[in-house]
Amino acid sequence: MPAIEIRDLHKAFGKLEVLRGIDLSVETGEVVCVIGPSGSGKSTLLRCVNLLEQPTSGSVHVAGVEVTDPDCDIDDVRRRIGMVFQQFNLFGHLRVRENLTIAQRRVLGRTRAEADRIAAVNLDRVGLADKADAYPAQLSGGQQQRVAIARALAMDPQLMLFDEPTSALDPELVGEVLAVMRGLAAEGMTMLVVTHEMSFAREVASRVVFMDGGTVVESGPPDEVFGAPREPRTREFLHRVLEPTRVSEAEIGAHAPSGS
Amino acid sequence: MAEPETLAVGSGAAPAPVPPPARRRRLGRRQRQRLGRTAGYLVFVALLLAVVAAADWGTLADAFFRLDVAGEMFPEAITVALRNTIVYTLLAFAFGLVLGLVLALMRLSSVGPYRWFATGYIELFRGLPSLLVLFMVGYGVPLAFPNREIPGGVYGAVTIGLGVTAAAYMAETIRAGIQAVPKGQLEAARTLGMSHGRAMVSIVLPQAFRIVIPPLTNEIILLTKDTSLAYVLGVTATTIELTKFAGDALNTRVNPTPLVVAGLLYLAITLPLSQLVRWLERRAAKER
Repeated sequence: MPAIEIRDLHKAFGKLEVLRGIDLSVETGEVVCVIGPSGSGKSTLLRCVNLLEQPTSGSVHVAGVEVTDPDCDIDDVRRRIGMVFQQFNLFGHLRVRENLTIAQRRVLGRTRAEADRIAAVNLDRVGLADKADAYPAQLSGGQQQRVAIARALAMDPQLMLFDEPTSALDPELVGEVLAVMRGLAAEGMTMLVVTHEMSFAREVASRVVFMDGGTVVESGPPDEVFGAPREPRTREFLHRVLEPTRVSEAEIGAHAPSGS
Repeated sequence: MAEPETLAVGSGAAPAPVPPPARRRRLGRRQRQRLGRTAGYLVFVALLLAVVAAADWGTLADAFFRLDVAGEMFPEAITVALRNTIVYTLLAFAFGLVLGLVLALMRLSSVGPYRWFATGYIELFRGLPSLLVLFMVGYGVPLAFPNREIPGGVYGAVTIGLGVTAAAYMAETIRAGIQAVPKGQLEAARTLGMSHGRAMVSIVLPQAFRIVIPPLTNEIILLTKDTSLAYVLGVTATTIELTKFAGDALNTRVNPTPLVVAGLLYLAITLPLSQLVRWLERRAAKER
Protein backbone atom coordinates (compact mmCIF):
# COMPACT_ATOMS: atom_id res chain seq x y z
CA MET A 1 0.00 0.00 0.00
CA PRO A 2 1.57 3.32 -1.07
CA ALA A 3 2.04 6.03 1.56
CA ILE A 4 0.43 8.54 -0.79
CA GLU A 5 -1.63 7.77 -3.85
CA ILE A 6 -2.92 10.64 -5.99
CA ARG A 7 -5.25 9.90 -8.89
CA ASP A 8 -6.37 12.30 -11.62
CA LEU A 9 -6.18 15.28 -9.27
CA HIS A 10 -7.62 18.57 -10.49
CA LYS A 11 -7.63 21.86 -8.65
CA ALA A 12 -8.95 25.17 -9.92
CA PHE A 13 -9.02 28.54 -8.17
CA GLY A 14 -12.00 30.15 -9.88
CA LYS A 15 -11.18 29.94 -13.56
CA LEU A 16 -7.48 29.35 -12.99
CA GLU A 17 -6.69 25.66 -13.39
CA VAL A 18 -3.67 25.00 -11.22
CA LEU A 19 -3.64 21.20 -11.33
CA ARG A 20 -4.82 19.42 -14.48
CA GLY A 21 -4.87 15.74 -13.75
CA ILE A 22 -2.01 14.62 -11.53
CA ASP A 23 -1.25 10.95 -10.96
CA LEU A 24 1.47 10.28 -8.42
CA SER A 25 2.17 7.69 -5.81
CA VAL A 26 4.80 7.69 -3.08
CA GLU A 27 5.84 4.39 -1.54
CA THR A 28 6.67 4.06 2.13
CA GLY A 29 10.29 5.05 2.71
CA GLU A 30 10.57 6.91 -0.58
CA VAL A 31 11.83 10.49 -0.87
CA VAL A 32 10.08 12.17 -3.79
CA CYS A 33 11.21 15.64 -4.80
CA VAL A 34 8.88 17.78 -6.88
CA ILE A 35 10.63 20.43 -8.97
CA GLY A 36 9.37 22.89 -11.53
CA PRO A 37 8.93 26.59 -12.26
CA SER A 38 6.92 28.93 -10.06
CA GLY A 39 3.21 28.63 -10.64
CA SER A 40 3.48 25.08 -11.93
CA GLY A 41 1.23 23.79 -9.14
CA LYS A 42 3.87 22.06 -6.98
CA SER A 43 2.81 23.65 -3.71
CA THR A 44 -0.88 23.23 -4.48
CA LEU A 45 -0.28 19.54 -5.12
CA LEU A 46 1.43 19.21 -1.75
CA ARG A 47 -1.34 21.11 0.01
CA CYS A 48 -3.96 18.83 -1.52
CA VAL A 49 -2.33 15.82 0.18
CA ASN A 50 -3.39 17.00 3.64
CA LEU A 51 -6.38 18.91 2.34
CA LEU A 52 -5.13 22.42 3.11
CA GLU A 53 -6.56 22.90 -0.37
CA GLN A 54 -9.77 21.14 -1.30
CA PRO A 55 -9.24 19.42 -4.67
CA THR A 56 -11.78 20.15 -7.39
CA SER A 57 -11.84 16.51 -8.48
CA GLY A 58 -9.79 13.35 -8.25
CA SER A 59 -8.75 11.35 -5.22
CA VAL A 60 -5.95 11.35 -2.67
CA HIS A 61 -5.25 8.36 -0.43
CA VAL A 62 -2.84 8.62 2.48
CA ALA A 63 -1.85 5.27 4.01
CA GLY A 64 -4.97 3.72 2.52
CA VAL A 65 -7.36 6.39 3.84
CA GLU A 66 -9.11 8.48 1.23
CA VAL A 67 -8.68 12.07 2.45
CA THR A 68 -10.84 13.40 -0.38
CA ASP A 69 -13.78 11.40 1.01
CA PRO A 70 -16.15 13.99 2.56
CA ASP A 71 -16.68 11.68 5.57
CA CYS A 72 -12.96 11.33 6.28
CA ASP A 73 -11.82 12.57 9.70
CA ILE A 74 -9.19 14.92 8.32
CA ASP A 75 -7.83 15.92 11.74
CA ASP A 76 -7.05 12.26 12.40
CA VAL A 77 -5.22 11.91 9.07
CA ARG A 78 -3.34 15.18 9.51
CA ARG A 79 -1.83 14.21 12.83
CA ARG A 80 -0.02 11.43 10.96
CA ILE A 81 1.29 13.78 8.23
CA GLY A 82 4.00 16.22 9.25
CA MET A 83 4.20 19.42 7.24
CA VAL A 84 6.94 22.01 6.99
CA PHE A 85 6.19 25.39 5.42
CA GLN A 86 8.26 27.88 3.49
CA GLN A 87 7.48 30.56 6.09
CA PHE A 88 8.15 28.24 9.08
CA ASN A 89 4.84 29.25 10.74
CA LEU A 90 6.12 28.74 14.28
CA PHE A 91 3.68 29.90 16.93
CA GLY A 92 5.11 33.29 17.84
CA HIS A 93 3.45 33.56 21.25
CA LEU A 94 4.89 30.26 22.48
CA ARG A 95 8.39 29.23 23.43
CA VAL A 96 10.17 26.64 21.31
CA ARG A 97 9.36 23.86 23.77
CA GLU A 98 5.67 24.80 23.83
CA ASN A 99 5.65 24.91 20.03
CA LEU A 100 6.62 21.25 20.15
CA THR A 101 4.34 20.20 23.00
CA ILE A 102 1.05 22.00 22.40
CA ALA A 103 -0.26 19.63 19.73
CA GLN A 104 1.17 16.58 21.49
CA ARG A 105 -0.88 17.49 24.55
CA ARG A 106 -4.02 18.90 22.95
CA VAL A 107 -4.26 16.47 20.05
CA LEU A 108 -2.52 13.28 21.17
CA GLY A 109 -3.41 13.71 24.83
CA ARG A 110 0.13 13.16 26.06
CA THR A 111 1.01 14.27 29.57
CA ARG A 112 3.16 17.34 30.03
CA ALA A 113 6.11 15.25 31.20
CA GLU A 114 5.91 12.89 28.24
CA ALA A 115 5.41 15.74 25.75
CA ASP A 116 8.41 17.58 27.23
CA ARG A 117 10.54 14.47 26.96
CA ILE A 118 9.58 13.90 23.31
CA ALA A 119 10.11 17.60 22.58
CA ALA A 120 13.62 17.40 24.05
CA VAL A 121 14.46 14.34 21.95
CA ASN A 122 13.30 16.02 18.76
CA LEU A 123 14.99 19.34 19.50
CA ASP A 124 18.19 17.40 20.03
CA ARG A 125 17.49 15.60 16.75
CA VAL A 126 17.69 18.96 14.91
CA GLY A 127 20.59 20.27 17.02
CA LEU A 128 18.64 22.85 19.01
CA ALA A 129 18.43 21.24 22.45
CA ASP A 130 19.66 24.49 24.00
CA LYS A 131 16.93 26.66 22.44
CA ALA A 132 13.92 25.14 24.21
CA ASP A 133 13.24 28.30 26.22
CA ALA A 134 13.71 30.77 23.36
CA TYR A 135 10.89 32.46 21.49
CA PRO A 136 10.80 31.92 17.70
CA ALA A 137 11.60 35.59 17.03
CA GLN A 138 14.92 35.13 18.83
CA LEU A 139 16.06 32.44 16.37
CA SER A 140 17.59 32.69 12.91
CA GLY A 141 15.54 31.54 9.93
CA GLY A 142 17.46 28.29 9.70
CA GLN A 143 16.92 27.59 13.39
CA GLN A 144 13.23 28.40 13.09
CA GLN A 145 12.85 25.96 10.22
CA ARG A 146 14.65 23.25 12.18
CA VAL A 147 12.27 23.86 15.09
CA ALA A 148 9.37 23.55 12.64
CA ILE A 149 10.72 20.19 11.50
CA ALA A 150 11.13 19.08 15.12
CA ARG A 151 7.56 20.25 15.86
CA ALA A 152 6.23 18.03 13.07
CA LEU A 153 8.42 15.08 14.14
CA ALA A 154 7.18 15.31 17.73
CA MET A 155 3.82 14.04 16.49
CA ASP A 156 5.47 10.81 15.24
CA PRO A 157 4.26 11.30 11.66
CA GLN A 158 4.22 8.47 9.13
CA LEU A 159 5.23 10.83 6.37
CA MET A 160 6.49 14.37 5.98
CA LEU A 161 5.53 17.06 3.48
CA PHE A 162 8.03 19.86 2.82
CA ASP A 163 6.79 22.97 0.98
CA GLU A 164 9.91 24.80 -0.26
CA PRO A 165 11.49 24.58 3.18
CA THR A 166 14.62 26.55 2.27
CA SER A 167 13.19 29.19 -0.08
CA ALA A 168 12.78 31.85 2.61
CA LEU A 169 16.27 31.36 4.05
CA ASP A 170 19.47 33.32 3.63
CA PRO A 171 21.83 31.25 1.46
CA GLU A 172 24.21 30.48 4.31
CA LEU A 173 21.35 28.97 6.39
CA VAL A 174 20.10 26.56 3.72
CA GLY A 175 22.69 23.90 4.53
CA GLU A 176 21.63 23.33 8.15
CA VAL A 177 18.01 22.65 7.13
CA LEU A 178 19.02 20.36 4.28
CA ALA A 179 21.31 18.47 6.68
CA VAL A 180 18.36 17.68 8.93
CA MET A 181 16.27 16.61 5.94
CA ARG A 182 19.06 14.39 4.63
CA GLY A 183 19.27 12.75 8.04
CA LEU A 184 15.52 12.10 8.04
CA ALA A 185 15.72 10.56 4.58
CA ALA A 186 18.57 8.31 5.71
CA GLU A 187 16.44 7.11 8.63
CA GLY A 188 13.82 5.96 6.13
CA MET A 189 11.21 8.71 6.59
CA THR A 190 8.72 8.92 3.74
CA MET A 191 9.05 12.43 2.31
CA LEU A 192 7.35 14.46 -0.38
CA VAL A 193 9.47 17.56 -0.94
CA VAL A 194 8.72 20.58 -3.10
CA THR A 195 12.07 22.27 -3.59
CA HIS A 196 14.27 24.49 -5.69
CA GLU A 197 17.41 22.88 -4.26
CA MET A 198 18.42 20.79 -7.24
CA SER A 199 21.55 19.39 -5.58
CA PHE A 200 19.42 18.12 -2.69
CA ALA A 201 16.94 16.50 -5.10
CA ARG A 202 19.73 14.93 -7.07
CA GLU A 203 21.52 13.55 -4.05
CA VAL A 204 18.71 12.52 -1.72
CA ALA A 205 15.60 11.83 -3.80
CA SER A 206 14.61 8.32 -4.73
CA ARG A 207 12.48 9.87 -7.44
CA VAL A 208 12.22 13.33 -9.00
CA VAL A 209 8.99 14.71 -10.43
CA PHE A 210 9.14 17.65 -12.83
CA MET A 211 5.91 19.64 -12.99
CA ASP A 212 4.91 22.42 -15.36
CA GLY A 213 1.56 24.01 -16.13
CA GLY A 214 -0.31 21.86 -13.63
CA THR A 215 0.80 18.51 -15.01
CA VAL A 216 3.62 16.07 -14.34
CA VAL A 217 5.91 16.46 -17.34
CA GLU A 218 8.48 13.88 -16.39
CA SER A 219 9.38 11.72 -13.44
CA GLY A 220 12.03 9.17 -12.68
CA PRO A 221 15.22 8.51 -10.73
CA PRO A 222 17.28 11.68 -10.23
CA ASP A 223 20.11 10.41 -12.45
CA GLU A 224 17.68 10.10 -15.35
CA VAL A 225 15.77 13.34 -14.85
CA PHE A 226 18.89 15.41 -14.22
CA GLY A 227 21.34 13.43 -16.32
CA ALA A 228 19.25 12.63 -19.38
CA PRO A 229 15.93 14.48 -19.35
CA ARG A 230 13.55 13.16 -22.01
CA GLU A 231 11.26 16.17 -22.35
CA PRO A 232 12.44 19.45 -23.96
CA ARG A 233 10.58 21.44 -21.28
CA THR A 234 12.56 19.62 -18.57
CA ARG A 235 15.81 20.27 -20.38
CA GLU A 236 15.06 23.97 -20.71
CA PHE A 237 14.09 24.30 -17.04
CA LEU A 238 17.18 22.47 -15.81
CA HIS A 239 19.42 24.47 -18.12
CA ARG A 240 18.05 27.73 -16.71
CA VAL A 241 18.19 26.62 -13.09
CA LEU A 242 21.49 24.78 -13.10
CA GLU A 243 23.42 27.05 -15.48
CA PRO A 244 21.88 30.47 -14.99
CA THR A 245 25.01 32.26 -16.21
CA ARG A 246 24.91 30.39 -19.51
CA VAL A 247 21.42 31.47 -20.49
CA SER A 248 21.96 33.47 -23.70
CA GLU A 249 20.19 36.65 -24.69
CA ALA A 250 18.99 34.99 -27.89
CA GLU A 251 17.17 32.33 -25.81
CA ILE A 252 15.10 34.86 -23.94
CA GLY A 253 14.36 37.03 -26.98
CA ALA A 254 16.49 39.98 -25.90
CA HIS A 255 18.10 42.05 -28.61
CA ALA A 256 21.11 44.22 -27.92
CA PRO A 257 20.64 47.70 -29.36
CA SER A 258 22.49 48.02 -32.66
CA GLY A 259 24.26 51.09 -34.08
CA SER A 260 24.10 53.34 -31.04
CA MET B 1 38.67 55.87 -26.63
CA ALA B 2 35.21 56.10 -25.10
CA GLU B 3 34.26 59.41 -23.64
CA PRO B 4 32.79 59.05 -20.14
CA GLU B 5 29.68 61.09 -21.03
CA THR B 6 28.56 58.65 -23.68
CA LEU B 7 28.69 55.62 -21.39
CA ALA B 8 25.10 56.12 -20.24
CA VAL B 9 23.14 54.01 -22.70
CA GLY B 10 19.63 54.49 -23.93
CA SER B 11 18.65 57.79 -22.36
CA GLY B 12 18.78 59.65 -25.68
CA ALA B 13 19.31 63.37 -25.41
CA ALA B 14 21.35 64.73 -22.52
CA PRO B 15 19.24 66.60 -19.91
CA ALA B 16 18.99 70.34 -20.45
CA PRO B 17 21.36 72.30 -18.21
CA VAL B 18 19.71 73.58 -15.04
CA PRO B 19 19.42 77.39 -15.16
CA PRO B 20 21.22 79.20 -12.33
CA PRO B 21 18.85 80.14 -9.48
CA ALA B 22 17.43 83.63 -9.66
CA ARG B 23 18.96 85.83 -6.99
CA ARG B 24 15.85 87.64 -5.86
CA ARG B 25 15.63 86.29 -2.30
CA ARG B 26 17.61 88.34 0.18
CA LEU B 27 17.43 85.81 3.05
CA GLY B 28 18.68 82.26 3.01
CA ARG B 29 16.27 79.43 3.77
CA ARG B 30 17.63 78.95 7.29
CA GLN B 31 17.35 82.66 8.11
CA ARG B 32 13.73 82.76 7.02
CA GLN B 33 12.92 79.67 9.11
CA ARG B 34 14.46 81.28 12.17
CA LEU B 35 12.55 84.52 11.60
CA GLY B 36 9.24 82.65 11.25
CA ARG B 37 9.80 80.70 14.45
CA THR B 38 10.72 83.81 16.44
CA ALA B 39 7.57 85.58 15.22
CA GLY B 40 5.51 82.56 16.33
CA TYR B 41 6.97 82.66 19.83
CA LEU B 42 6.41 86.42 20.12
CA VAL B 43 2.72 86.13 19.20
CA PHE B 44 2.28 83.30 21.73
CA VAL B 45 3.91 85.27 24.57
CA ALA B 46 1.85 88.37 23.72
CA LEU B 47 -1.41 86.39 23.84
CA LEU B 48 -0.42 84.74 27.11
CA LEU B 49 0.37 88.11 28.72
CA ALA B 50 -2.95 89.54 27.49
CA VAL B 51 -4.90 86.63 29.05
CA VAL B 52 -3.00 86.87 32.35
CA ALA B 53 -3.58 90.62 32.52
CA ALA B 54 -7.26 90.41 31.62
CA ALA B 55 -8.14 87.52 33.96
CA ASP B 56 -9.71 88.25 37.33
CA TRP B 57 -7.69 85.77 39.37
CA GLY B 58 -9.58 86.27 42.58
CA THR B 59 -12.94 85.46 40.98
CA LEU B 60 -11.50 82.48 39.14
CA ALA B 61 -10.04 80.98 42.30
CA ASP B 62 -13.32 81.59 44.14
CA ALA B 63 -15.31 79.85 41.45
CA PHE B 64 -13.20 76.87 40.48
CA PHE B 65 -10.68 76.28 43.23
CA ARG B 66 -12.51 76.66 46.55
CA LEU B 67 -10.54 74.38 48.86
CA ASP B 68 -13.32 74.20 51.45
CA VAL B 69 -15.86 73.08 48.83
CA ALA B 70 -13.39 70.55 47.45
CA GLY B 71 -12.55 69.29 50.92
CA GLU B 72 -16.20 68.56 51.75
CA MET B 73 -16.41 66.19 48.78
CA PHE B 74 -13.94 63.82 50.33
CA PRO B 75 -13.73 61.00 51.15
CA GLU B 76 -17.04 60.13 49.37
CA ALA B 77 -15.68 61.41 46.05
CA ILE B 78 -13.22 58.55 46.13
CA THR B 79 -14.82 55.85 48.28
CA VAL B 80 -18.20 56.04 46.53
CA ALA B 81 -18.14 58.09 43.34
CA LEU B 82 -14.76 57.18 41.91
CA ARG B 83 -15.18 53.61 43.06
CA ASN B 84 -18.55 53.30 41.29
CA THR B 85 -17.15 54.89 38.14
CA ILE B 86 -14.42 52.26 38.06
CA VAL B 87 -16.86 49.43 38.87
CA TYR B 88 -19.27 50.51 36.11
CA THR B 89 -16.38 50.75 33.68
CA LEU B 90 -14.99 47.32 34.47
CA LEU B 91 -18.41 45.63 34.44
CA ALA B 92 -19.37 47.19 31.09
CA PHE B 93 -15.93 46.37 29.69
CA ALA B 94 -16.08 42.73 30.77
CA PHE B 95 -19.60 42.35 29.37
CA GLY B 96 -18.63 44.09 26.13
CA LEU B 97 -15.44 42.06 25.76
CA VAL B 98 -17.19 38.69 26.02
CA LEU B 99 -20.05 39.75 23.76
CA GLY B 100 -17.60 41.44 21.37
CA LEU B 101 -15.51 38.26 21.10
CA VAL B 102 -18.62 36.20 20.32
CA LEU B 103 -19.69 38.76 17.71
CA ALA B 104 -16.22 38.84 16.15
CA LEU B 105 -16.20 35.06 15.80
CA MET B 106 -19.74 35.16 14.36
CA ARG B 107 -18.63 37.84 11.93
CA LEU B 108 -15.86 35.53 10.68
CA SER B 109 -18.05 32.42 10.69
CA SER B 110 -18.64 30.41 7.56
CA VAL B 111 -22.32 30.19 8.56
CA GLY B 112 -24.13 32.98 6.71
CA PRO B 113 -26.85 33.83 9.26
CA TYR B 114 -24.23 34.24 12.02
CA ARG B 115 -22.33 36.69 9.83
CA TRP B 116 -25.47 38.62 8.97
CA PHE B 117 -26.58 38.84 12.58
CA ALA B 118 -23.17 40.04 13.75
CA THR B 119 -22.93 42.60 10.95
CA GLY B 120 -26.43 43.87 11.70
CA TYR B 121 -25.73 44.10 15.42
CA ILE B 122 -22.47 45.96 14.91
CA GLU B 123 -23.97 48.44 12.43
CA LEU B 124 -26.98 49.02 14.70
CA PHE B 125 -25.14 49.71 17.93
CA ARG B 126 -22.35 51.72 16.34
CA GLY B 127 -25.02 53.93 14.86
CA LEU B 128 -27.01 54.61 18.05
CA PRO B 129 -26.11 57.13 20.78
CA SER B 130 -25.07 55.46 24.05
CA LEU B 131 -27.60 57.57 25.93
CA LEU B 132 -30.49 56.25 23.85
CA VAL B 133 -29.38 52.66 24.42
CA LEU B 134 -29.06 53.34 28.14
CA PHE B 135 -32.60 54.74 28.22
CA MET B 136 -33.81 51.66 26.40
CA VAL B 137 -32.14 49.26 28.83
CA GLY B 138 -33.00 51.30 31.92
CA TYR B 139 -36.58 52.29 31.11
CA GLY B 140 -37.73 50.91 27.75
CA VAL B 141 -37.19 47.23 28.44
CA PRO B 142 -38.53 47.34 32.05
CA LEU B 143 -41.68 49.06 30.74
CA ALA B 144 -42.18 46.34 28.17
CA PHE B 145 -41.58 43.51 30.67
CA PRO B 146 -42.84 44.84 34.00
CA ASN B 147 -42.61 41.45 35.71
CA ARG B 148 -38.96 40.98 35.05
CA GLU B 149 -36.01 42.83 36.44
CA ILE B 150 -32.48 43.32 35.21
CA PRO B 151 -30.29 41.59 37.78
CA GLY B 152 -27.99 43.85 39.71
CA GLY B 153 -30.24 46.94 39.60
CA VAL B 154 -28.40 50.02 38.36
CA TYR B 155 -25.15 48.05 38.16
CA GLY B 156 -26.80 45.53 35.85
CA ALA B 157 -28.48 48.20 33.75
CA VAL B 158 -25.24 50.17 33.28
CA THR B 159 -23.29 46.98 32.51
CA ILE B 160 -25.72 45.99 29.78
CA GLY B 161 -26.59 49.48 28.59
CA LEU B 162 -22.97 50.52 28.01
CA GLY B 163 -21.72 46.99 27.34
CA VAL B 164 -23.93 46.31 24.31
CA THR B 165 -22.56 49.41 22.56
CA ALA B 166 -18.97 48.72 23.60
CA ALA B 167 -19.36 45.15 22.29
CA ALA B 168 -20.10 46.47 18.81
CA TYR B 169 -16.86 48.46 18.74
CA MET B 170 -14.79 45.74 20.37
CA ALA B 171 -16.15 43.12 17.95
CA GLU B 172 -14.72 45.10 15.04
CA THR B 173 -11.40 45.54 16.85
CA ILE B 174 -11.12 41.85 17.72
CA ARG B 175 -12.10 40.82 14.19
CA ALA B 176 -9.30 42.99 12.81
CA GLY B 177 -6.91 41.41 15.32
CA ILE B 178 -7.89 37.88 14.32
CA GLN B 179 -7.44 38.74 10.66
CA ALA B 180 -4.03 40.25 11.40
CA VAL B 181 -2.72 36.86 12.56
CA PRO B 182 -1.03 35.31 9.49
CA LYS B 183 -3.04 32.56 7.81
CA GLY B 184 -0.04 30.23 8.11
CA GLN B 185 -0.55 30.07 11.89
CA LEU B 186 -3.95 28.46 11.50
CA GLU B 187 -2.65 26.18 8.74
CA ALA B 188 0.28 25.03 10.86
CA ALA B 189 -2.04 24.27 13.75
CA ARG B 190 -4.45 22.37 11.50
CA THR B 191 -1.64 20.28 9.98
CA LEU B 192 -0.71 19.21 13.51
CA GLY B 193 -4.20 17.72 13.78
CA MET B 194 -5.90 20.46 15.77
CA SER B 195 -9.56 21.09 15.03
CA HIS B 196 -10.54 24.56 13.83
CA GLY B 197 -11.90 25.49 17.25
CA ARG B 198 -8.86 24.21 19.12
CA ALA B 199 -6.53 26.06 16.73
CA MET B 200 -8.50 29.28 17.26
CA VAL B 201 -8.37 28.98 21.05
CA SER B 202 -4.76 27.84 21.42
CA ILE B 203 -3.02 29.57 18.52
CA VAL B 204 -4.95 32.36 16.80
CA LEU B 205 -6.83 34.12 19.62
CA PRO B 206 -3.83 34.51 21.98
CA GLN B 207 -1.91 36.23 19.18
CA ALA B 208 -4.93 38.28 18.10
CA PHE B 209 -5.43 39.60 21.64
CA ARG B 210 -1.81 40.70 21.81
CA ILE B 211 -2.44 42.78 18.72
CA VAL B 212 -5.66 44.36 20.02
CA ILE B 213 -4.58 45.16 23.59
CA PRO B 214 -3.79 48.82 22.76
CA PRO B 215 -7.13 49.53 21.01
CA LEU B 216 -9.02 47.65 23.73
CA THR B 217 -7.34 49.80 26.36
CA ASN B 218 -8.58 52.82 24.43
CA GLU B 219 -12.05 51.32 24.67
CA ILE B 220 -11.71 51.29 28.49
CA ILE B 221 -10.92 55.01 28.38
CA LEU B 222 -14.04 55.69 26.30
CA LEU B 223 -16.14 53.56 28.66
CA THR B 224 -14.79 55.38 31.70
CA LYS B 225 -16.16 58.61 30.29
CA ASP B 226 -19.43 57.02 29.18
CA THR B 227 -20.19 55.88 32.73
CA SER B 228 -21.13 59.52 33.37
CA LEU B 229 -24.34 58.71 31.49
CA ALA B 230 -25.39 56.39 34.32
CA TYR B 231 -27.04 59.32 36.10
CA VAL B 232 -30.04 59.05 33.78
CA LEU B 233 -30.92 55.74 35.44
CA GLY B 234 -31.63 57.53 38.71
CA VAL B 235 -28.62 56.52 40.78
CA THR B 236 -28.84 56.56 44.58
CA ALA B 237 -26.35 57.63 47.23
CA THR B 238 -24.64 54.25 47.06
CA THR B 239 -24.65 53.81 43.28
CA ILE B 240 -23.67 57.38 42.41
CA GLU B 241 -20.72 57.94 40.05
CA LEU B 242 -18.37 60.89 39.59
CA THR B 243 -20.29 63.19 37.26
CA LYS B 244 -23.61 62.97 39.13
CA PHE B 245 -21.75 63.28 42.43
CA ALA B 246 -20.06 66.48 41.23
CA GLY B 247 -23.33 67.79 39.81
CA ASP B 248 -25.07 67.29 43.14
CA ALA B 249 -22.28 69.07 44.98
CA LEU B 250 -22.46 71.90 42.45
CA ASN B 251 -26.18 72.34 43.24
CA THR B 252 -25.83 72.29 47.02
CA ARG B 253 -22.82 74.61 47.18
CA VAL B 254 -23.68 76.73 44.14
CA ASN B 255 -20.05 76.60 43.15
CA PRO B 256 -18.35 74.89 40.19
CA THR B 257 -15.31 73.64 42.11
CA PRO B 258 -16.78 70.07 42.35
CA LEU B 259 -16.70 69.84 38.53
CA VAL B 260 -12.98 70.58 38.57
CA VAL B 261 -12.43 67.95 41.26
CA ALA B 262 -14.43 65.37 39.27
CA GLY B 263 -12.48 66.27 36.14
CA LEU B 264 -9.18 65.71 37.92
CA LEU B 265 -10.40 62.36 39.22
CA TYR B 266 -11.39 61.27 35.69
CA LEU B 267 -7.95 62.28 34.48
CA ALA B 268 -6.43 60.22 37.28
CA ILE B 269 -7.94 57.19 35.55
CA THR B 270 -7.64 58.11 31.88
CA LEU B 271 -4.17 59.69 31.74
CA PRO B 272 -2.34 56.62 33.11
CA LEU B 273 -4.39 54.45 30.76
CA SER B 274 -3.49 56.50 27.71
CA GLN B 275 0.16 56.40 28.78
CA LEU B 276 -0.23 52.63 29.02
CA VAL B 277 -1.67 52.51 25.48
CA ARG B 278 1.26 54.52 24.18
CA TRP B 279 3.72 52.21 25.92
CA LEU B 280 1.94 49.10 24.60
CA GLU B 281 1.94 50.48 21.07
CA ARG B 282 5.63 51.30 21.25
CA ARG B 283 6.35 47.80 22.51
CA ALA B 284 4.24 46.24 19.76
CA ALA B 285 6.02 48.33 17.14
CA LYS B 286 9.36 47.10 18.45
CA GLU B 287 8.33 43.45 18.24
CA ARG B 288 7.43 43.68 14.59
